[in-house]
Amino acid sequence: MKKVHPAVVGAQPFQLAEHRPVERLFEDAEGRDRLEKSLSRYPEKKGALLPMLAYAQERNGWLSPEAMEEIAEALDLTPAYVRSVATFYTMYAKRPVGRYWIQVCTCISCHVNRGEEVFESFLEHTGTRAGEVSEDGRYTVIEAECLGACGFATVVQVNDRYFENVTPETVPEVLAQLEPGEPEA
Amino acid sequence: MGFPHDHDLEIGTILSRHFGDPKARELDTWLTYGGYEGLKQAVEMDPGEITTIVKDSGLRGRGGAGFPTGLKWSFMPQEKSGPHYLCCNADESEPGAFKDREILRWVPHLLIEGCLIAARAIRAEHAYIYVRGEYFPFTSILNDAVVEAYEAGYIGRDILGSGWDCDLTVHIGAGAYIAGEETGLMSSLTGGRAEPKIKPPFPAQSGVFGKPTTVNNVETLAAVPMILINGADWYRQWGTEKSPGTKLWCCSGHLVRPGNYELELGVPLKDVIYDVCGGAPDGKKIKAVIPGGSSTAMLTADELDVPSTYEGLQEAGSSLGTASPIVLNEDTNIVRAMRRIADFYAHESCGQCVQCREGTSWVAKILKRIEDGDGRLSDLDTLYDLCEQLTGRTICVLADSVVFPLRSSLDKFRDEYEALIGGRA
Ligand SMILES: Cc1cc2nc3c(=O)[nH]c(=O)nc-3n(C[C@H](O)[C@H](O)[C@H](O)COP(=O)(O)O)c2cc1C
Ligand code: SF4
Ligand code: FES
Repeated sequence: MKKVHPAVVGAQPFQLAEHRPVERLFEDAEGRDRLEKSLSRYPEKKGALLPMLAYAQERNGWLSPEAMEEIAEALDLTPAYVRSVATFYTMYAKRPVGRYWIQVCTCISCHVNRGEEVFESFLEHTGTRAGEVSEDGRYTVIEAECLGACGFATVVQVNDRYFENVTPETVPEVLAQLEPGEPEA
Repeated sequence: MGFPHDHDLEIGTILSRHFGDPKARELDTWLTYGGYEGLKQAVEMDPGEITTIVKDSGLRGRGGAGFPTGLKWSFMPQEKSGPHYLCCNADESEPGAFKDREILRWVPHLLIEGCLIAARAIRAEHAYIYVRGEYFPFTSILNDAVVEAYEAGYIGRDILGSGWDCDLTVHIGAGAYIAGEETGLMSSLTGGRAEPKIKPPFPAQSGVFGKPTTVNNVETLAAVPMILINGADWYRQWGTEKSPGTKLWCCSGHLVRPGNYELELGVPLKDVIYDVCGGAPDGKKIKAVIPGGSSTAMLTADELDVPSTYEGLQEAGSSLGTASPIVLNEDTNIVRAMRRIADFYAHESCGQCVQCREGTSWVAKILKRIEDGDGRLSDLDTLYDLCEQLTGRTICVLADSVVFPLRSSLDKFRDEYEALIGGRA
């Protein structure tokens, strides 16, 4: 079990290539630990909602209706409320996505530095259409709004990693670096 | 070697001096750089004394609006009737802005120290750092620093043996620009949709979890330790009466040397663009600059000789915003660039206000039509009308944000719109 300090329990990377799926989130020691530590950081139970949504995605790779129901129960909220919050945020995957969730920024600074072409190049090299999971389950490519690294356009985020100064030509290099064992960018 | 570039105009205060130096993230090294000296002073001081120094320094909020920081702190109740909270806004999502992430990833202990000093000044017992979800790699660096600081007694119970307690929690969002608006941030932190709320009540009266709260930007808080250590006059050696100090710039778009630079407030904008960043690559001319991030009014290449202060850019009809100039070269299709900006605001509208929800999408649709060659001259009137309807009528200023670049593009680059329209009435 990964040991996490209570101060940062609600700030763990939740988009990962490796998933450790569980049917019930809070029935093993890790799940209960995360829940209890999160609850200890907010004066109201509801404060732990985003951390727990993130945790479900970290474990399962996406946010299933069952996970949302379990979170609702743990925090004394209605499932409808939890769904209404989860759907507000774009990073919670409401259905399964590829192991590599590739977000290509096409916002203004990347837009003027060939962002759209980089996006097209990712679609081509992964053989997918926008938002779809590739046949081998590896990739989902989407266009993203500003990723907050505009000076290093075009910016691409893959799960919990950033790739900067990506051009349509360097897309294959980025994809190659995703495989385990490859050095960090 | 500077990071990622070096320039004579750069001022390397503790804010940016250690960018690019991974050792600065570690507490042991950070202490040899003077880390936590400000906190040592702060725990011996009254909250009011800290606030006075920050007030005198003239430090203004670096999140975009430029509100005086010490004044904001003084709005917090002096007598406590319950918990107070500090929220550090690390949601950084304004297109063009990428400075807070440099602070998170190179000098996380500086931010932690700033949060604690501010928390002491506003009598808060808990500080939350709300980081945008996408910033996983930088949040992980911050997380490590927070755990280290807890273990060394800089955060938590009886800080530095002073008897003062303060907790700090890192909290991440999940992809919503509007969570950067301070009331949206508070809604999100309490486990809600990041929907802004009407003010009053102001955060200092009823903020996160219904308690008095102060929201400050990362860069604002990171500037506090050096001000406390060196004094208000020291900080005022840079900048102007109304815009003292240094500012972390984020320069992007068509530039030879894009990136982050710490510069004195008041440097002429044209020097930032041409001298510091080397102008546009490939010998191209510059057509327009959006000086303060995508929500500020465009300036033409002829309008760049202005001092980069809050007041200077305001006089020039734009705004310093987050000091994040986006540079567009002579080949840029202004209508297409403006459409891409409008798409952003349409996508990020939280949908609570009809004017904003409908208006921003409407703007994006009309611009797309013009871009695709299907526009009419009457569309330009409609766009001006929409500018009126999107100004000052909504819960937050996201709606106004699209108006600044839009109106300025219509006023200054009308010929480009007309060329695409080709005379259709
Ligand atoms: C739509 C919108 C988005 C905003 N996004 C951010 C942001 O990402 N980061 C930030 O610090 N301030 C942002 N702000 C400004 C905050 O509302 C708030 O003024 C700021 O965090 C206060 O900190 P300061 O006084 O230290 O600048 C945003 C405002 C609006 C209207
Ligand atoms: S102005 Fe737009 S973003 Fe702001 S509260 Fe209204 S709908 Fe939401
Ligand atoms: S515009 Fe692409 S990272 Fe900001």
